[in-house]
Amino acid sequence: MSEEGVNPRRRRLLVITSGLGIVGAAFAATPFVLSMMPSARAKAAGAPVEVDISKIEPGQLLTVEWRGKPVWILRRTPEMLKSLSADTKVLADPKSEVTDQQPSYAQNEARSLKPEYLVLVGICTHLGCAPAQRLQAGAVSGLGDEWPGGFFCPCHGSKFDLAGRVYKNVPAPTNLVVPPYSYLTNTRLIIGVDKKGAA
Amino acid sequence: MQKLLAWIDDRFPLTKVWEEHLAKYYAPRNFNFWYYFGSLALLMLVMQIVTGIFLTMHYKPDTGLAFASVEYIMRDVEWGWLLRYMHSVGASFFFIVVYLHMFRALLYGSHRNPRELIWLVGMLIFVALMAEAFMGYLLPWGNMSYWGAQVILSLFDAIPLVGPILAEWMRGDFVVSDATLNRFFAFHVIAVPLILAALVFVHIVALHKVGSNNPDGVEIKKKKGPDGIPLDGIPFHPYYTVKDIVGVTVFLMLFSAVIFFAPELGGWFLEPDNFVPANNLLTPPEIVPLWYFTPYYSILRANTFAFFGIEAKLWGVIFMGLAIVFFFFLPWLDRSPVKSIRYRGWMYKTALAIFVVAFLTLGYLGTQPAAGPNLIIAQVCTVLYFAFFVLMPLYTKIDKTKPVPERVTTK
Repeated sequence: MSEEGVNPRRRRLLVITSGLGIVGAAFAATPFVLSMMPSARAKAAGAPVEVDISKIEPGQLLTVEWRGKPVWILRRTPEMLKSLSADTKVLADPKSEVTDQQPSYAQNEARSLKPEYLVLVGICTHLGCAPAQRLQAGAVSGLGDEWPGGFFCPCHGSKFDLAGRVYKNVPAPTNLVVPPYSYLTNTRLIIGVDKKGAA
Repeated sequence: MQKLLAWIDDRFPLTKVWEEHLAKYYAPRNFNFWYYFGSLALLMLVMQIVTGIFLTMHYKPDTGLAFASVEYIMRDVEWGWLLRYMHSVGASFFFIVVYLHMFRALLYGSHRNPRELIWLVGMLIFVALMAEAFMGYLLPWGNMSYWGAQVILSLFDAIPLVGPILAEWMRGDFVVSDATLNRFFAFHVIAVPLILAALVFVHIVALHKVGSNNPDGVEIKKKKGPDGIPLDGIPFHPYYTVKDIVGVTVFLMLFSAVIFFAPELGGWFLEPDNFVPANNLLTPPEIVPLWYFTPYYSILRANTFAFFGIEAKLWGVIFMGLAIVFFFFLPWLDRSPVKSIRYRGWMYKTALAIFVVAFLTLGYLGTQPAAGPNLIIAQVCTVLYFAFFVLMPLYTKIDKTKPVPERVTTK
């Protein structure tokens, strides 16, 4: 474009006006963009959930819903707990060093407050499928003859052990998430609340 | 009548538009079978819009009502089953037509200079169409609808830093929920169709500016008669409008056959898991998108290795994105002096054949469990898919070509 015959004052005013117009458009777009964020109702629906764990048998898994997500509560048998330390070389993060995946009180081998009860969000950290339960040790179709027990995501083949720790060389990048939780009594759990307050 | 036309022409360029785009738009005289799919794509766009309008009269975008309202359309609404099947089968046929339309460009170099913009706009149409299909698939609120959306939306979680907030913003909730369904409805029935219509308009305007390519890949505008009309050009109307009517007739026969005899096409056009209402606590045994997304879905899950400090999941997302982005660059990746496959050497022909086989194999594997040999084949095909694009500047340049005729040829 030729600069000839351009009135510099008009040009300057034009640039300033256009710039302000863009800023104004950004402000005007804000309510539209923010209207798509979770609403007050959606946030309120994320309230904590109380669970009675007295009726869970050893080796049994109970699924409850928290914030629309499945949360598993697994009562592990002593054999199951023993299997956690058996072969940690196949795991990608055996010591739960990725801190976003669990509260600090679950950053231990059993990934739980009390080793017997495992609390996990039952959503694969790969793409959000629900992993299937393959809790029994032994020969499992598709998982070999010496499967130590754990979870298997059928969508893309990710494997997790009985503490929700992810195996190496599977699509899921991290261990399954442990939600914030605490014990109200010995037999009552609350999911979504811990000593730091509600999540 | 003449007076009325003159009255309109003084106020709106009706005759001018008619002549520029139909009666005096000169298209090459050697169009073949592959040139049906542009007009068929337009037909499918109209079909989806019309059937969609009538479906919205009965459908309810509410997680409590959506699944039942689709069943209501299928059972209680007069001819509702036909409207619904036309729309669901129509989506698959739309993709068949669009894939063949794109393949035509690869055959005859229709994306090459001077038609790069037509190609770029066409690719935007393709991306908008994928968004449209993805959001439409959530609306029946079947279990596959729900988990498909869950999987694809959680892809955005993989983006560093902004990912989780972005995914929350798109869902409008912490999980796929009523808020998600309601906004997908809004996008599916109005926002994306408006964008599609605008893009299709630009696609056709750009095409009519430069003129159509043809199976010989020669520019008919280079040889004009004394009247300024290309020697190898014939008016689009009536010649190609009549030809396209034949194509439409045959196409509608096939379309009707599927609608009336196999509307689900054995799970390929409507998946069995989608006849169960959405359940946020129970994943289908295998989450599989519909066939038109499976090649990209295969690429998404093919990578199981972390490298360059980026985890496997994010690489999968990057590869899937690149698989589509590479298409945008085709006009510049192709360095061959000729456009049409008729005058290319064996290298391009082989590369295109390998690409097609890899694409179809990925498409099939996307419907199968990803483990064992399937995974390895998917990884090999992903490499072949990308090799087609990455090596293109090389093999199109050194490939031997045949002399291109001055004018179009006909048998």
